[in-house]
Amino acid sequence: MPGGRKFTPRTRKLSKRDADTVKRLMTYFAKYKFRFTLVLACIVISAVASVAGSLFIKVLIDQYISPMLLSPEPSFAPLMGAIARMAALYALGVLSTFAYSRLMVSIAQGILKTIRDDMFTHMQSLPVKYFDTHTFGDVMSRYTNDTDTLRQMISMAIPQMFSAVITVAAVFTAMVTTSIYLTAFVLVMLIIMLRTTKFIGSKSGQYFIKQQVALGKINGYIEEMINGQKVVKVFCHEDKAKEEFDALNDNMRDVSSKANKFANILMPVMSNIGNLQYVIIAMAGGALAIGGVGSLTLGAIASFLQLSRSFTMPISQISNQFNSIVMALAGAERIFNLMDEQPETDNGHVTLTNAQYNSKNEIVPSDSYTGMWAWKCPDTDGGFRYVKVEGDVRFDDVDFGYEENKTILHDITLFAKPGQKVAFVGATGAGKTTITNLINRFYDIADGKIQYDGININIIKKDDLRRSLGIVLQDTSLFTGTVMENIRYGRLDATDEDVYAAAKLTNADGFIRMLPEGYNTVISGSGSELSQGQKQLITIARAAVANPPVMILDEATSSIDTRTESIVQKGMDALMHGRTVFVIAHRLSTVQNSDVIMVLDHGHIIERGNHEQLIAEKGVYYRLYTGAFEME
Amino acid sequence: MINRLSKSIRQYRKVSLLAPFFVTLEVIMEVLVPTIMAYLIDNGINKGDMNAIGRIGFILIIACILSLIFGVLSGKYAAEASTGFAANLRKDMFYRVQDFSFANIDKFSSSSIVTRLTTDITNLQNAYQMIVRVAVRCPVMLVFALIMAFNVNHKLALVFLSAIPILGVGIFFIMKNAHPVFEKVFKMYDSLNLVVQENLRGMRVVKSFVREDFEEKKFKNVSKDIYDNSTKAEKLLMFNMPLMQFAMYGCILLISWFGAKLILTDSMTTGELMSMFSYATQILMSLMMFSMVFVMVTMSRASAERISEILDEESTLKNNSHPVFDVRDGSVDFENVFFSYSDTDSAPVLNNISLSIKSGDTIGIIGGTGSSKSSLVQLIPRLFDVTGGTVRVGGVDVRDYDIETLRDAVSMVLQKNELFSGTIKDNIRWGDENASDKDIERVCKLAQAHEFIKDFPDGYDTYIEQGGSNVSGGQKQRLCIARALLKKPKILILDDSTSAVDTKTDSLIRRAFAEEIPDTTKIIIAQRISSVQDSDKIIILENGHIDSMGTHSELMETSDIYRELYYSQMKGGEE
Repeated sequence: MPGGRKFTPRTRKLSKRDADTVKRLMTYFAKYKFRFTLVLACIVISAVASVAGSLFIKVLIDQYISPMLLSPEPSFAPLMGAIARMAALYALGVLSTFAYSRLMVSIAQGILKTIRDDMFTHMQSLPVKYFDTHTFGDVMSRYTNDTDTLRQMISMAIPQMFSAVITVAAVFTAMVTTSIYLTAFVLVMLIIMLRTTKFIGSKSGQYFIKQQVALGKINGYIEEMINGQKVVKVFCHEDKAKEEFDALNDNMRDVSSKANKFANILMPVMSNIGNLQYVIIAMAGGALAIGGVGSLTLGAIASFLQLSRSFTMPISQISNQFNSIVMALAGAERIFNLMDEQPETDNGHVTLTNAQYNSKNEIVPSDSYTGMWAWKCPDTDGGFRYVKVEGDVRFDDVDFGYEENKTILHDITLFAKPGQKVAFVGATGAGKTTITNLINRFYDIADGKIQYDGININIIKKDDLRRSLGIVLQDTSLFTGTVMENIRYGRLDATDEDVYAAAKLTNADGFIRMLPEGYNTVISGSGSELSQGQKQLITIARAAVANPPVMILDEATSSIDTRTESIVQKGMDALMHGRTVFVIAHRLSTVQNSDVIMVLDHGHIIERGNHEQLIAEKGVYYRLYTGAFEME
Repeated sequence: MINRLSKSIRQYRKVSLLAPFFVTLEVIMEVLVPTIMAYLIDNGINKGDMNAIGRIGFILIIACILSLIFGVLSGKYAAEASTGFAANLRKDMFYRVQDFSFANIDKFSSSSIVTRLTTDITNLQNAYQMIVRVAVRCPVMLVFALIMAFNVNHKLALVFLSAIPILGVGIFFIMKNAHPVFEKVFKMYDSLNLVVQENLRGMRVVKSFVREDFEEKKFKNVSKDIYDNSTKAEKLLMFNMPLMQFAMYGCILLISWFGAKLILTDSMTTGELMSMFSYATQILMSLMMFSMVFVMVTMSRASAERISEILDEESTLKNNSHPVFDVRDGSVDFENVFFSYSDTDSAPVLNNISLSIKSGDTIGIIGGTGSSKSSLVQLIPRLFDVTGGTVRVGGVDVRDYDIETLRDAVSMVLQKNELFSGTIKDNIRWGDENASDKDIERVCKLAQAHEFIKDFPDGYDTYIEQGGSNVSGGQKQRLCIARALLKKPKILILDDSTSAVDTKTDSLIRRAFAEEIPDTTKIIIAQRISSVQDSDKIIILENGHIDSMGTHSELMETSDIYRELYYSQMKGGEE
């Protein structure tokens, strides 16, 4: 899968941008305000219970065991009471942990769902330009990698952070009240620990970046070689490929080994520094107790030892998670970037409606599909005027460029009368597809005017404009689902009979019936079960079922062989009948019977006329036709 | 499967054993600390003996430092072992794939092989690292800590024997129930990604048909499923934390109560009580960690299976044990050839094909999609083996040749051709590594590529992007032809390799072939009649059998299909 698990290494410090990202993430928590407050409360209770547990050891030793040892007839009843009280507190702690863990799941998953849905909804509203200027993998990774890191952060890092902060605060208070001296000592050890983490962390970070680079290289090589494996075989290039692979693989192993080494030693180093601290506290505590400094009891030392453990653990946890949080924030930022992209603007107010003639031969709107369409134009007096959709398309001095200051199309003037077939030919980059991109307003023109049945397309609602245009592209995009569903994509309320009729019309019916499950054959996303030509036939049927007044065929038959094309052509002719059609084709045989052929060159229409006229002109078209020019 | 994979450990066996060895030593040191600490408390702090504190403390510090050293060593060896293992595995797989036949490649599909070589390997590397380190650490810690606890006080240690099953069984049930739901969730992520992917690819279609809302609904359905199921799974998983706390707190309370009693009857000391608290943490934590590691390792099982599949795949093409290393000439004979891509296909793709091609002839093959044109020619360089009958090159059955010898003699330009990232020169040299610049120029001239290469600012050193995305379709095809020519083949096969080249250049290429390499057999599959019109023989394939065969003028008289094609392409045409 392209753009799958690729990941750009980064190590960076938190910045102002991250603060904004965090703020924005927090707005998603707003919906769960009440529950989140409850979570915080539960975390506090849970932390207090755990700290109380550590302090209980002091109570146990100093207030119960030690006095009882001195008493000749010790009574166990008070101890029983103390343990019962502690048990109650613990029970409360366990319940709180349970409550906040579960609450947090709903919150985290809910937020993730909202973010995902928002992202997709917003993506649907973006203009085609966005998709033309962003790579597939780039957008895709926001749904995979970025959402993934975000999931980890929201469902794990954030609650752990809160819990850690609260625990540290509670433990610190308990430590200070137990012994100031020992607390100071713990702080010194903590600084040593953090320094070490930082050192090892930065070392391992450096190597992880190198590892990512090496991984990118080797994965790129694998991808290229495996995709071209058949060529490798045909050229007996296997040994060379192995050789090159080995070099990359060895490099990858060396770098990755170093990176993992540093990552691996972090845990034992930290936990053993923790152990050292534990030992030294015991010694120092013992010395203080013997020296009578700070009135330390045996119970206090014991408690303190437990406390010191619960103090350093959450801190090293936070520092471990720091990196993943930074990564998650970067991911979140990328997600928000997508959500901040300007959606397609639409100021149109003319809409499309099903129509029919009434008894007085006037065009009136209809509630159901009639096969006839009308533009519903609001009048100044608040009423509506209905204009029959005929498929009359005119360009007046249209200029256009994908980027500002870089005009691709110059002074394009053309008209397609209802039912006419207009063809565009010319080299790649001459602007053929660009013209069709303007008709359905995937892009907006810079200058000039495009009219559709006499209406400026700028005032037609985009959705309605597009609904009136059928489109078949060279790139056959089918969706996972049955053949039936894919054809019905053209018109969702089409009956099965409508689908059969459309398939028959476009000569797709024959091969569909030959498929194992006929119309119910499931096509997977890539549609690899079908040949390119078969897929194209389905997309043509899909356009046919929509039955739009205007069709755009962008290299629709170029991936079909000429023999199959002649079959498809009949279907296409049937489909084109009575409609205005714009055709782009590099095979001139497909455009010969057009009413008008426009030859484009560098964004200018340089020749126009029908086939016979252009041949007679002996210009560029003539040379293209006779094979003196290359089309690709 | 495990046997299969463990073969890739090889030179990393030693480090793979050293890692768990040092982990064990580390654990032993860690487990000793609480017991020694008990001495320190009882004999040092409690008795107020500063000397004892110093002495015992020193031993403790030594233990901690040793533990640190052992821990670092185990981390180092685990890293070496896992990355080495992954590198070996990657290598074994890549090598295996190099031996694959076309049938093997088609069986897996390129993208799936790539995933196995990348993501799956990474998963397995992480799993292996865990197995040699954490997966050893946890049970060892559990056992040793228990032993020490029993050593300190066997009565009190019984508390653990009751806590371990409770926690263990609890965790087991949580994992057992949560795991399948998680698997389900992963599958749903795939469908979610699929929806996004299809939308990205088909954005123009979505927008043209105004199906944004429709797609949104589709997405939200999957998204809702993910939400429902992952909430369910994670809520189950969340029982872990409170369960762990419950076990832990239970142990502390029981140890406090019974410990106090034991101290009062002089069967235990305060220091020992403290050590029991430490052992409680060590035992329960390691149990918890173990369950987590266990889940993570089992999750990598799917990756392990996918990798084994590749490693276990036998190439469907085997070199003959006494291969022929010489191809006499470029003649090709098909004798009653049947072919199907898989044994289960009912209808063969090629049906009883017999034909013979003289060395040096030019043969044209035409036919509609699905007429098995490509399948036919792929049998000649033995990209696939016939299901029945015989294919002979130079009078010898292709299965009797050394595969490399055969493929060097039979140069094929594939329909779906690839250029690789590198300069034009690098790419052409695939045909012959030792070719001189002059050789390269010669074949490029033959393929009519020299002119446009010369016009590039960097000429033959122009860098080709991955997949050849920076040259046009027609240019790419001509470079591929030049590459194939450099092999100086006895047979040259062009599988629809000039479809994007204009007709004039196309005819120049054919003329160059006729003049410059007259002894090479040329087999040309094409859509355009004009590409095959002047061949010595034209074969018309229809549904896997030869419909008719002959020269242009013969076919014009005898074949309806040919005539129909000719007129549809030449309609009003003068060339």
